[in-house]
Amino acid sequence: MAGHLPTTEFDDIPDELLDELESLSHERTEGHVNMVQLLDEEGRFHNGSHFSEHARSLSGEELRGLYREMAMIRRFDVEATALQRQGQLALWVPMRGQEAAQIGSGRATQPQDYIFPTYREHGVALTRGVELGELLRIFRGVSNGGWDPTETNFHLYTLVLAAQVPHAVGYAMALQRDAARAAAGGRDAGEPGAVVAYFGDGASSEGDVHESMVFAASFKAPVVFFCQNNQWAISVPAQVQSRIPLHNRAKGYGFPGLRVDGNDVLAVRAVTEWALERARSGKGPVLIEAYTYRQGAHTTADDPTKYRLSEEEQEWLAKDPVTRFEKFLRAEGHADDAFFADVAAEGDALAAKSRKDVLAFEPPNLAEAMGNVYAEWHPLVAEELAWHLEYESGFKDAEEANTSEGGH
Amino acid sequence: MPTMTLAKAINAGLRDALAADEMVLLMGEDIGSLGGVYRVTEGLKAEFGEDRVVDSPLAESGIVGTSIGLSLRGYRPVDEIQFDGFVFPAFNQITTQLAKLHARSAGRLTVPVTIRIPYGGGIGSVEHHSESPEALFAHTAGLRIITPSNPHDGYWMTRRAIESDDPVIVFEPKRRYWLKGEVDTTDPGASTDPFRAHVVREGTDATVVAYGPLVPVALAAAEAATEDGHSVEVIDLRSLSPIDFDTITASVEKTGRLVVAHEAPTFGGLGGEIASRVSERAFLSLEAPVIRVGGFHMPYPVAKIEGQYLPDIDRILEALDRAFAY
Ligand SMILES: Cc1ncc(C[n+]2csc(CCOP(=O)(O)OP(=O)(O)O)c2C)c(N)n1
Ligand SMILES: [Mg+2]
Repeated sequence: MAGHLPTTEFDDIPDELLDELESLSHERTEGHVNMVQLLDEEGRFHNGSHFSEHARSLSGEELRGLYREMAMIRRFDVEATALQRQGQLALWVPMRGQEAAQIGSGRATQPQDYIFPTYREHGVALTRGVELGELLRIFRGVSNGGWDPTETNFHLYTLVLAAQVPHAVGYAMALQRDAARAAAGGRDAGEPGAVVAYFGDGASSEGDVHESMVFAASFKAPVVFFCQNNQWAISVPAQVQSRIPLHNRAKGYGFPGLRVDGNDVLAVRAVTEWALERARSGKGPVLIEAYTYRQGAHTTADDPTKYRLSEEEQEWLAKDPVTRFEKFLRAEGHADDAFFADVAAEGDALAAKSRKDVLAFEPPNLAEAMGNVYAEWHPLVAEELAWHLEYESGFKDAEEANTSEGGH
Repeated sequence: MPTMTLAKAINAGLRDALAADEMVLLMGEDIGSLGGVYRVTEGLKAEFGEDRVVDSPLAESGIVGTSIGLSLRGYRPVDEIQFDGFVFPAFNQITTQLAKLHARSAGRLTVPVTIRIPYGGGIGSVEHHSESPEALFAHTAGLRIITPSNPHDGYWMTRRAIESDDPVIVFEPKRRYWLKGEVDTTDPGASTDPFRAHVVREGTDATVVAYGPLVPVALAAAEAATEDGHSVEVIDLRSLSPIDFDTITASVEKTGRLVVAHEAPTFGGLGGEIASRVSERAFLSLEAPVIRVGGFHMPYPVAKIEGQYLPDIDRILEALDRAFAY
């Protein structure tokens, strides 16, 4: 079995795992999607995977933490959607249904790792300690960034599909160089780090993803490609992007790929930890395809009834990541009613705070934005800025003249 | 004559082109069942099937690159780029391949690809959804570039673009998709030639050249200028490559003053090209320097302040004032 993979590139992987990866590379067996799954839809834990043991080693505290973050981000998502409906946000990109894929993978990262999200990774942002209200600046139309990526190692959102993926590989190449330079200089390189590049099933078709994988393989860069296959790219089903399971592409580039049940937070966390650890220890990239579902609209501007059936949506609701994990926690005695009530209250508090933050955002300022275009002084910007300020002050003068007239 | 929105008029143009010529096909992201994010292709997949209205894989370079290949066998692909800011993965294919194949083959090959790009701002959207990158393409020889400002032109420019043996980019002013107007699908009238500019309001004291989304703004500014006793002529440029300099020059020879307005940044923009050509052709007629109104030298700003960035009636009036001050 293991012989199917080019073993020179996979020397570090034990045979038993190679066999598991090989079996995953087939789309389905008997109507069942082949993927790493530890919790079934009823929340029952299954042994038998290479990754089972890892998941079993998590403490009750860690398990409850995973649930807590999934529930919090779901609550936040509901609030942001409401804010959009109430006209407080121009747009919102809901992530409902992808909580396990995002919290599981985000929780697998370490502080020194660096994350390149798309525009939907609100859950990953939570795990990195990004102030969630800050995520809403983009969607309120007051900023094209919003948070300081150097504080959390969570990069700014990128709206041009796949454009962030080569950045992730380059960042990983820089980590590699940093370590090599430290070693050459006899310095302590600190904890080795790795990079996670998020992208969707749709974005996987962009040339940037292909080039990124070529570079990552060529340089053995410490990067994990994390593809959330949520079955849809707006109205286009994932089958249009790939006739084979997406993760199988990795083999062609010469690194391992696997598909994980993206609605199983334990499996996602386990496989991502494995891939990151492998990357940090110099064994190169891994492609993870998290098989999940976008339960809501693509954005608040989208109407899924135009292109997909509600039966499909119902089927996926039965695989919901949050209720599945709740069942597991209850059945295994890790959490009781009081815990779930606490989490709900905490979620409401987060939602209320985020709403307050949004309404308090300072309005943006065009002059300031012009000042940020270049790092160094630029004569054309200076000239246009001066013109703009004078032009706007003309209106102010006129307004003042009007109000003082009115006062007479 | 039916009245319809610009989006519906383009939709009708695409439908009639698909019906008229079996070599026409549409390609793009979400143009099938969804009918495009702006519903411009609504109903066309149901009518013509998924082989003629193709939901492509999500890759702009792939869309344009494969369209070039299709066109080499006589097909007439009409590509939809979902938003202005997302054309750049295809920039290589458009500028190094599509624009050049006819020249490189010494005229032996034609690549009649049409690329539709919704462009421009004023819709309160997020980054990359409000840009005006037309100058980047106009700078490239081998491409024809047109932009409708009203539904009748929307219909006929779509038809003419698809019929053209040259590659044509149609920049569609997305904030005017809901603008209504009469469309005569049987008689193009003045819209016969998409590469000619139209005088859309006659005047004697100054000329304002605008295109796409700013044509209604320029018309409103001209109306407002009458309060100060100024008679302003407005030209809808319609074609950005080639540019109809004859029509502009004739107008400037009459009015003596020219203001050019576009949403795109003025630096390196089409306003500069127009100013330069007009000063070469009609220097002695000019009473004032040609004045440009456009975006600043900065990335398109966030939605909350796009109103301060976009040329509006006041900005055009201010430019006219400067022209009249000479
Ligand atoms: C280069 C580029 N082309 C097109 C778009 C418009 N667009 C935004 S999201 C999207 C679908 C993305 O699907 P996928 O990658 O599966 O991510 P998902 O939205 O499902 O999370 C499209 C076509 C874009 N943002 N960037
Ligand atoms: Mg998707």
